[in-house]
Amino acid sequence: MSDAKIDNILEVTNLTKRFGGLVAVDDVTLNIKRGEVFALIGPNGAGKTTMFNNVTGLYRPTSGTVVFDNRNITGYKPHQVARFGIARTFQNIRLFDYMSCLDNVRVGRHVRMRAKVWDSLFKTPRERHEEDRVTEEAMDLLRFVGIAKHANQYARNLAYGQQRRLEIARALATEPKLLLLDEPAAGFTPQEKVELMALVRKILDRGITVFLIEHDMKVVMGISERIVVLDHGEKIAEGSPDEVRNDAKVIEAYLGKSA
Amino acid sequence: MSNASMTRRPPLRQRLRPREMIRDRDTAVYGVLIIVAVLFPIISIWATNGTALVSHATRAGYWVLLAIGLNVVVGFAGLLDLGYAAFFAIGAYSYALLASPQLASSPAHHAVHITFWILMFVSLVFAAVAGAVLGFPTLRLRGDYLAIVTLGFGEIVPQLFYNFDQWTGGINAVGLIDQPRLPVWIQGPWSGDGPVAWVRDFNFNGDPVAYYVLICALIAAGVILVTNLHRSRLGRAWMAIREDEVAAAAMGINTVTTKLLAFGIGASFSGFAGAYYGASVSLVSPDSFLFIVSITVLVMVVLGGMGNITGVIVGALVMYYIVFYLIPGLPDFARGLASDLGLQSLNNSNGDWPGLAEETQRLNFLIYGAILVGVMLLRPQGLLPSRVREQELKHAAVQEDEAAVEQAHAR
Repeated sequence: MSDAKIDNILEVTNLTKRFGGLVAVDDVTLNIKRGEVFALIGPNGAGKTTMFNNVTGLYRPTSGTVVFDNRNITGYKPHQVARFGIARTFQNIRLFDYMSCLDNVRVGRHVRMRAKVWDSLFKTPRERHEEDRVTEEAMDLLRFVGIAKHANQYARNLAYGQQRRLEIARALATEPKLLLLDEPAAGFTPQEKVELMALVRKILDRGITVFLIEHDMKVVMGISERIVVLDHGEKIAEGSPDEVRNDAKVIEAYLGKSA
Repeated sequence: MSNASMTRRPPLRQRLRPREMIRDRDTAVYGVLIIVAVLFPIISIWATNGTALVSHATRAGYWVLLAIGLNVVVGFAGLLDLGYAAFFAIGAYSYALLASPQLASSPAHHAVHITFWILMFVSLVFAAVAGAVLGFPTLRLRGDYLAIVTLGFGEIVPQLFYNFDQWTGGINAVGLIDQPRLPVWIQGPWSGDGPVAWVRDFNFNGDPVAYYVLICALIAAGVILVTNLHRSRLGRAWMAIREDEVAAAAMGINTVTTKLLAFGIGASFSGFAGAYYGASVSLVSPDSFLFIVSITVLVMVVLGGMGNITGVIVGALVMYYIVFYLIPGLPDFARGLASDLGLQSLNNSNGDWPGLAEETQRLNFLIYGAILVGVMLLRPQGLLPSRVREQELKHAAVQEDEAAVEQAHAR
């Protein structure tokens, strides 16, 4: 039991989120192992993004607990959760539109920077060194996701796929242990989807666990090791891609419709 | 990652060129401003044989300081503050009460006279604390709601100074406020009446030139500090919150403390300006901090170019010129123009016609409003916009179309 605890980077236990009469997430339990790609799938409105919002502190769960890295983070604020080591992207891209790509990523570094107001006001050597270092790190991340040549463009001027990449770079800048990707392949061409899967594997190689929501079955089946299926806020299946693919409930609720 | 480290430096700098370009425009504006600041007193004193214009400039100076401070709140962090005059009032009263005979007639029965150079920072701290106190419960509000709360705060503070008349003298105002005096160690042969006294008798006894030098120094310090902030971790956090608060929080930015800092730092500038105002006018009354003051500063920021420090300075100077020089001078100008054109009859009141000067006087605010509307129509992004606003307004429509097309293709 204790071994399993160390293995799990995220443990969501009996999580329920109610909005008035609507139960968006209903008593869901899921455990994510360190170093795996874990996918959350389900039809529209199944409560996947609500689950993300509960994990990242945007929502406070109605009941249930979220344990990250052996620390109970239920009810913590988003910025505290980010500091603990959970980063995320958003389903409908939420970049800082009128900031350069470089600045977008540097904002991601914010939480790992130590310059105080005083340092900033008087440009102390400590602040300057930190700024230089952060600029380099941010450029490295832009290179990592392959949009370094757009470093000085406004985020909103990037092409759609590049914006998704920038959002991933920004999330990586917070030095997460767990990265939450909310439909990273939405609107992608087949070629872009292949590139995305390669990028996710590269992220995995950095020792970061990936927790993703995705509609595209090719992507989900291609990269994830374990899958949980939500429908109407309830967990209806869990297992390897093959197990889930052949699950009768899943086929009925989700795959059956699209297949 | 590592193989790029050899070639990293030059390309990075090359890529930063757009940013350097914007700095160049700023450098140019700063250069012009510095030259004008140096030449203005010399030329105006030489040309008009008096210091009336210089004292106008000293008054314009504290508006510039206010605008720089409000720009931190509105331009950088995107928080609409309609009660900025409240912090200005707090700064001014902090100085007025602690550097005048006022407290002798208060329940304290003891006048306090602390030197300007210390009180300047005391006022700053008071204003910043007031900013934090107002900010703490209210910064959870967003946009319009925050604007309403700050509006209320801006109304309350002058009322407090008005009603606590035991301490503040209420409507009678605080008068006989101490003049700043240079510390002894700065005084020397150059500051007396001797032959090498190139700064004249530098004891601020209402000397506009001395105040002019002081306000220029304060503005310079303010610009440097705010520029540093803008390009720092905190400056980016402010922008991030302005752009998308939820995403900023998800990136680990504590939105509450970051917004509090914007409020506090913005307020501290008006505390600074308030102390200066108290000293230079030597009379502080609750009437000087009405809503119109907050609005005027806001107009300076918006009209100059929200978020851009040089723009805000230029905006403040232009607005000062319009509000305190051009508009008040219009009636006389109209009367003069009429008599020059041989239309003296217009100048005499006749039945319902009050005379041209009086009529112009009555139309002052109409003309003021028309100027504002005109400027905003011609340059909606402000006189010297920040890159952001420029993009936002100029290309928004085009880019939205493009983005829509692109996304449609992507799907």
